[in-house]
Amino acid sequence: MKQSVFLGTLAATTLLAGAALAQGTSTLQTVKDRGELNCGVNTGLVGFAAPDASGNWQGFDVALCKAVAGAIFGDASKVVYIPTTSSDRFEQLTSGRIDLLIRNTTWTFSRDTDLKMDFVGVNYYDGQGFMVRNDLGVSSAKELNGATICIQTGTTTELNLADYFKANNMTYTAVPIETNAEGEQQYLAGACDAYTTDASGLAATRAAFADPENHVILPEIISKEPLGPAVRHGDSEWGDVVRWTMNALVAAEEFGITSANIDELATSSQNPEVQRLLGTSDNLGAMIGLEANWALNAIKAGGNYGEIFAATIGESTPIGLARGLNAQWTQGGLLYTPPFR
Amino acid sequence: MAVVTEEPKAGFRLGMLIYDTRYRSITIQIVVLMLVMLGAAWLIDNLLSNLAALGRGIDFGFLWNRAGYDINQTLVEYTNDSTHARATLVGLLNTLLIAFLGCIAATVVGVIAGVLRLSNNWVIARLMTVYVEIFRNIPLLLWILMIYTIFTEAFPAPNAFRGETPAASMVMFDTVAFTNRYTAIPWLMFDRSLGWLPLGPLWLNLDLTAIVAALVGGFLLNRYILRRATRIQEATGLRPTTWWQCMLALFGPIILVLLALGTHLDSPSLQGFNFTGGLQVSNSLVALWLALTLYTAAFIAEIVRAGINAISRGQSEAAFALGLRPGRTMNLIILPQALRVIIPPLISQYLNLTKNSSLAIAVGYMDLRGTLGGITLNQTGRGLEAMMLLMLIYLIVSLLISSAMNVYNNRVKLKER
Ligand SMILES: N[C@@H](CCC(=O)N[C@@H](CS)C(=O)NCC(=O)O)C(=O)O
Repeated sequence: MKQSVFLGTLAATTLLAGAALAQGTSTLQTVKDRGELNCGVNTGLVGFAAPDASGNWQGFDVALCKAVAGAIFGDASKVVYIPTTSSDRFEQLTSGRIDLLIRNTTWTFSRDTDLKMDFVGVNYYDGQGFMVRNDLGVSSAKELNGATICIQTGTTTELNLADYFKANNMTYTAVPIETNAEGEQQYLAGACDAYTTDASGLAATRAAFADPENHVILPEIISKEPLGPAVRHGDSEWGDVVRWTMNALVAAEEFGITSANIDELATSSQNPEVQRLLGTSDNLGAMIGLEANWALNAIKAGGNYGEIFAATIGESTPIGLARGLNAQWTQGGLLYTPPFR
Repeated sequence: MAVVTEEPKAGFRLGMLIYDTRYRSITIQIVVLMLVMLGAAWLIDNLLSNLAALGRGIDFGFLWNRAGYDINQTLVEYTNDSTHARATLVGLLNTLLIAFLGCIAATVVGVIAGVLRLSNNWVIARLMTVYVEIFRNIPLLLWILMIYTIFTEAFPAPNAFRGETPAASMVMFDTVAFTNRYTAIPWLMFDRSLGWLPLGPLWLNLDLTAIVAALVGGFLLNRYILRRATRIQEATGLRPTTWWQCMLALFGPIILVLLALGTHLDSPSLQGFNFTGGLQVSNSLVALWLALTLYTAAFIAEIVRAGINAISRGQSEAAFALGLRPGRTMNLIILPQALRVIIPPLISQYLNLTKNSSLAIAVGYMDLRGTLGGITLNQTGRGLEAMMLLMLIYLIVSLLISSAMNVYNNRVKLKER
């Protein structure tokens, strides 16, 4: 009951706050005036967004929040991280509680249109997978007929699961859960045979177990889950800022700009696109209402896309994800940023 | 000389609305009402214009779209191809199920605890006090989570029942298995099932209908037999033997129906990941039911105790003087009178229990809050519509419960003639 009261109030404030937002003031201006970026992240998924031992948020999604703050303020620390659950994240965004949602959120038709989100791109190309214990003796998702499966509610994965089992003529019992932490606990207690969510999320969840070696992620990937940052529908200027900050990180990797050589390249690079990106020539920043060195600051926040990937979820981390689809287009991946011109 | 009392001039001045005490209270009431209505209108207008600004009006059309998700406990036919409206119905029935089970169990436990708390036996009375105080003073949500966690942690996973030398074994002659997901129990199966009768959105389970009809019929027949016996007793002073007639009336019809349906007990057995066959009562249902029962029963116990205390001691003393034993005194003298005091607050406990059942979300029990107010809301993003519908449904359910209870209350309450 508490929860519904809360959601009700949230819905009500959504509408009240929605007005303030709809009337004129742009999100970029609001953020600048506030001096801080309110970034909606997940409640705790190590590698993507979770507070570390000293309470600082770290991770792949967090790094993008930092880059956006870097682009706007020239200071990557000016972010307030707001944990959102799979069920309240969109409400948080439409209500104006957060400026930006970067929370393993899949870009879908209805979210983009009916839910009035705007997805500005994809920061991780993913798909849905299953995780089981080794001793269950299962090696394929097709063997899960009759299984009990833990599933986070309010997600795309919940709907994919239903479709997948029906398409394969199998049955299952769903154990609905609210947060990843709860799912982890239920799964470890054996209340479900399998845990399903985005494959990256499974890898991250498994890395946090005491005995990761006793769990396998099954080979089947049953859906497309392009995960990306979302902003409120109807404020294209703000969408541009986030979209191009993300593109800047990808372009930086493509051009070999790293946190180590960025200051040097900013002064010495002869590549015209690098010059435009780093603000040495032209002034792209002015076109999106930012300083000329916006991209430089964004990249300095945590390095280029590849550096962020390697530091947070890459193969040298406990999570150990390969680049796969998330490699540059020149490396056979899907990362392909439009030109900075 | 006659005193002519001059009629006061019937003139009415506007000032009288404020200064004349005859009108002032009405004026104030009208002004307040107008302010309240203005406030409401402002809020509603704000809401509608903001919705319009967001580009989404209020639209319940989503209810007829495909739901797309599965529900783990369905009392009526439901697949992920069904509509959101259907999912709402499934959730509503799950809410009603838990409310029904909870109200019955809470009443039984509450009455027993309330009566025992007044017991002359010091230990029993104190024990009941401890029970009432513990359950009344710890938030219900904690009880639900606690009981659920105990179930999840204490019982083995279904696969512990597998193998040559299983780590866990079934109890009650291998028919009942307690697992960390559900309790698998034997359940009735019908060889000659009557199937379903499609009646609009609600399909009627004919087997269940036949069984309920047999039970109700038997009960009515039994009542008729008893009434007849009482009539004969009043007329002749001799009460005819009724016990075998009663047995026949109560059990005859139901046994006949069960035989006709080809009923047999189906025991659960482990197949693959889970038990199949029989009935699997999910731990979320049991945890929710136990917690709601024990929590509400603690309040009901207090209501019962207050009701009994409200009956003057003279009543029981008179009963004892007539030679009635304490048990009969309670059943025949005290409780019927106490009921008059007990019923009204009991109604609000039933309503509380029904509304509290929406905490089901905490343990993943798919009630109305979990389907309409949970997954449907999240997947469609129709927060306002779903919440309004949810509130409306809870309101209707609560009003129905309280009006049903009020009918009962009117029957037992003291009739002043
Ligand atoms: N991509 C899916 C699923 C997103 C999701 O909920 N992911 C989980 C696991 S990858 C998560 O981030 N959990 C963290 C939390 O509960 O805060 C969606 O957008 O619906």
